[in-house]
Amino acid sequence: MERSEAELIAAVLKGDAASFEPLVVKYSPRVFATARRYARRESEIEDIVQEVWLKAFDKLKTFRGEAPFEHWLMRMAVRTCYDFLRAHQRNRISSFSEISEPEEDWLERFVAEPGHAAEDADAAKLLIDRVLEKLSPPARLVIQLLEIEDRSVKEIAKITGWSVPLVKVRAFRARAEMRKILARMTQNKYL
Amino acid sequence: MNLTELEKKLIAAARLKVPDERVPYAFEKRIMAQLAARAGADYWVFWARGLWRAAASCVALAVLLGAVSVFLPAPPDTSKDLSQDFENTLLASADLPENPTP
Repeated sequence: MERSEAELIAAVLKGDAASFEPLVVKYSPRVFATARRYARRESEIEDIVQEVWLKAFDKLKTFRGEAPFEHWLMRMAVRTCYDFLRAHQRNRISSFSEISEPEEDWLERFVAEPGHAAEDADAAKLLIDRVLEKLSPPARLVIQLLEIEDRSVKEIAKITGWSVPLVKVRAFRARAEMRKILARMTQNKYL
Repeated sequence: MNLTELEKKLIAAARLKVPDERVPYAFEKRIMAQLAARAGADYWVFWARGLWRAAASCVALAVLLGAVSVFLPAPPDTSKDLSQDFENTLLASADLPENPTP
């Protein structure tokens, strides 16, 4: 008979580490999806997910069961991704000279006819990845959660542990930072 | 160039990206192996922690007893009387009476 999540967690807390495996199997796809939003290399993604699970095991006694286990775990995953971004800040320092041909074509199309540049084009997706990589860690986290995942300010405050006013301030700064990066990118190419 | 429009387009592009949920083969086994390896390490940590606690309690006890011996009033010095008594006892047999009774 399949044991419930609460039973598995209780068993792990009693010392039965093997009961942790079904939780890893069940939630790893979501944790991997979250990690892939913040890291590009597969080895880095695996490191992040591994760290999330080890942290989850260590801190399981702090899980009080008031919210679903998944929410608790995803909060930990986002925070681990944020730590990863902060630890890899130096990788952001690069120019836009490495923009590929399709990305350049897409930008040219956008400059000529903004309405006709399709946002589902692979080039646009690559371009936004490039822009996100250049943002500072707090800005990237806020843009990801607020603009891309469409979460509320309150939700972001809960996930990150920041206060609501701090999230608002960081969102304002993040948008400004993003516009600056876009301006620099287009200035290099089209002015 | 309309930067606001470009920003909107790129954010829309990012929203359309569905994150990949693929998990590497036997990833859960790797996590469980990591946890098992850490449990082995934790055994030594457990002992080390115990020994450090024992050492700390010994030091605390030594300090406490030292403080007690320094700050408590010293008992009256009886060493002189004791030495006198000891000497008397030791030399009792040697102290021959000057006029022994018949």
